[in-house]
Amino acid sequence: MLNSYFNFTSGEYILELVCPAGNLPSLKAAVDNGADAVYIGFKDDTNARHFAGLNFNDKKALSGLNYAKERGVKVFAAINTYAQTGGFIRWQQAVDRAQELQLDALILADIGVMDYACEKYPDLRLHLSVQASATNPEALEFYHRNFNIQRAVLPRVLSVKQVEQVAQFSPVPIEVFGFGSLCVMVEGRCLLSSYATGRSPNTYGACSPGSHVQWQEKANGVLETRLNNVLIDRFQEGEKAGYPTLCKGRFEVNKHTFYALEEPTSLNTLSLLPQLQKIGVTALKIEGRQRSPAYVALVTQILRDAIDTMKKDPEHYQAKDEWMDELLKVSEGSQTTLGAYHRPWQ
Amino acid sequence: MAIKLSLGPVLYYWSKQKLLDFYQYIAKSDIDIVYLGEVVCSKRLEMKFNDWMELAHMLTSHGKEVVLSTMTLIEASSERSRMRRFCEQDEYCVEANDFGAIEILSQRGKSYVTGSSINIYNERSLKILQKQGLKRWNLSVELGKEQLGILQNNRPDGLETEVMVWGRIPLAYSARCFTARSHNLPKDNCQFKCIDDPDGLLMKTRENQEFLCINGIQTQSALTNNLIEQLDVMQNLGVDVVRISPQSQHTLQIIEAFSQVLAKKQPAQFFIAQLTSYATTGLCDGYWYGQAGMTKTTIPLKQAESA
Repeated sequence: MLNSYFNFTSGEYILELVCPAGNLPSLKAAVDNGADAVYIGFKDDTNARHFAGLNFNDKKALSGLNYAKERGVKVFAAINTYAQTGGFIRWQQAVDRAQELQLDALILADIGVMDYACEKYPDLRLHLSVQASATNPEALEFYHRNFNIQRAVLPRVLSVKQVEQVAQFSPVPIEVFGFGSLCVMVEGRCLLSSYATGRSPNTYGACSPGSHVQWQEKANGVLETRLNNVLIDRFQEGEKAGYPTLCKGRFEVNKHTFYALEEPTSLNTLSLLPQLQKIGVTALKIEGRQRSPAYVALVTQILRDAIDTMKKDPEHYQAKDEWMDELLKVSEGSQTTLGAYHRPWQ
Repeated sequence: MAIKLSLGPVLYYWSKQKLLDFYQYIAKSDIDIVYLGEVVCSKRLEMKFNDWMELAHMLTSHGKEVVLSTMTLIEASSERSRMRRFCEQDEYCVEANDFGAIEILSQRGKSYVTGSSINIYNERSLKILQKQGLKRWNLSVELGKEQLGILQNNRPDGLETEVMVWGRIPLAYSARCFTARSHNLPKDNCQFKCIDDPDGLLMKTRENQEFLCINGIQTQSALTNNLIEQLDVMQNLGVDVVRISPQSQHTLQIIEAFSQVLAKKQPAQFFIAQLTSYATTGLCDGYWYGQAGMTKTTIPLKQAESA
């Protein structure tokens, strides 16, 4: 495979680039720009980007799979919400569909779904989704022992040192997030969205769902963004307004109004690539199945370039200014952060 | 079977003396089950392992069933060791709040309770965990009576169900400490500011709506979840334990109210005004009715009971 770096000692890839595809054009953009793998979701609440107009029906999935396979790129399916009571059949069907399509791996969060998948299709390769909230080797051992997971995606709450410790004692190879929108909370354990709207990533596959968003422009030019009537942020005329993701609004704490939880920002790990390689991180994931094909193309291309550059000379690697500038343009609030990887962020 | 009343772990950072005094009163209350331990932040070190064990002994001597609760977010190696220490004692049952704890307990062949942060959304999950030693599970706080009804109908025999009925709802966990952030301090130099907020720190919208409550790395609802009017419904659904989450004031009176209603000595309505005054930022119950958690339904009592 052209793009991949295979570690013959561990039998695993090092920094395999895993890219988001919300639709077929995005999948092609990822494949054409250097993805080692793409991940997709099906058209229902079985995946954590359950948005209107997004995701793959059987025909599109097959067509995407063929496109990727012909070019040596793997396809994973994210079936990473929690199977709801009375609706287990949908998650079962999603697993069946992934098996029929012969996708390369399933990304799962729910132990019920994992149990079904590994009982019915013992040869199916399972990855643990970030939505399973596994942040320590003991938790990973549970999923490995019971469901034979082959890889785990870690929540965006660990410092680099902690990622290293998990990787060291983990029974399975580790995937981490490299770029994209930043979840401030442990994934799979954040119910803020359902508290405000009744819909959460766990129950519905969406956070701060568009169905509950209101943009209200006042006579004085002030723009207010609301989620189910809760005021998330207020922008003065000319101020750049962002989507009302509820952890990224301005709130008042102790009589002081600020981004009490987090600012609108994206995670960017380009400067950490040598460290992530040294730790033995197997795969680097780009967030953004809800973003455009142009976003997928740009971010995939830059991360491909960065990983390749770093591989050639890790000692002298530095994130290039032009990469950082380009990524800023597609980042939330036009800013990026190292997030929890960098201790002072915490 | 009569529903038992439990007291969840104290989610806030209280001084050791405050905790010891608090549990002296709890020992004499009508509570059946007491969950003990620090579940939010490992930097809160007022209480050491042995202090918790001493408290557990004291409560046991007053006839309480004690369960030791493990931390929810396990990251640092020190947090792993602490989780292991709780899971490797044999005196008390453990409430696992992370799959790491479930792994240790099931490998040791111990039975355990799962807290609401363990994601159980379907009956297949219940069955798997029961095979691994689960004896009692807490309903996810974002699920309501409809989902609970289905889960109860398909619940494996012998498994007990617990539902939170009073308190600010634990909604999210982060690596970041939001209390420290509100004081412009990094987590590594937090100066233990959260000890000044015995019921957390309110986070309001710019329209003064009391929306969320910051408790270190945990985010809670600003409103207090109250399901006292639904205890009959829970009885019919076969709920075994209902949980009250401690707050710095009036916890004893809240326990008393729930205990009286469970014992059918008073109707729930008798306590509504009183309980409303104990929830300083108001009540909510939306999750139970399948709505946004922050919603307060206005279903008349009679209708709610027959629902």
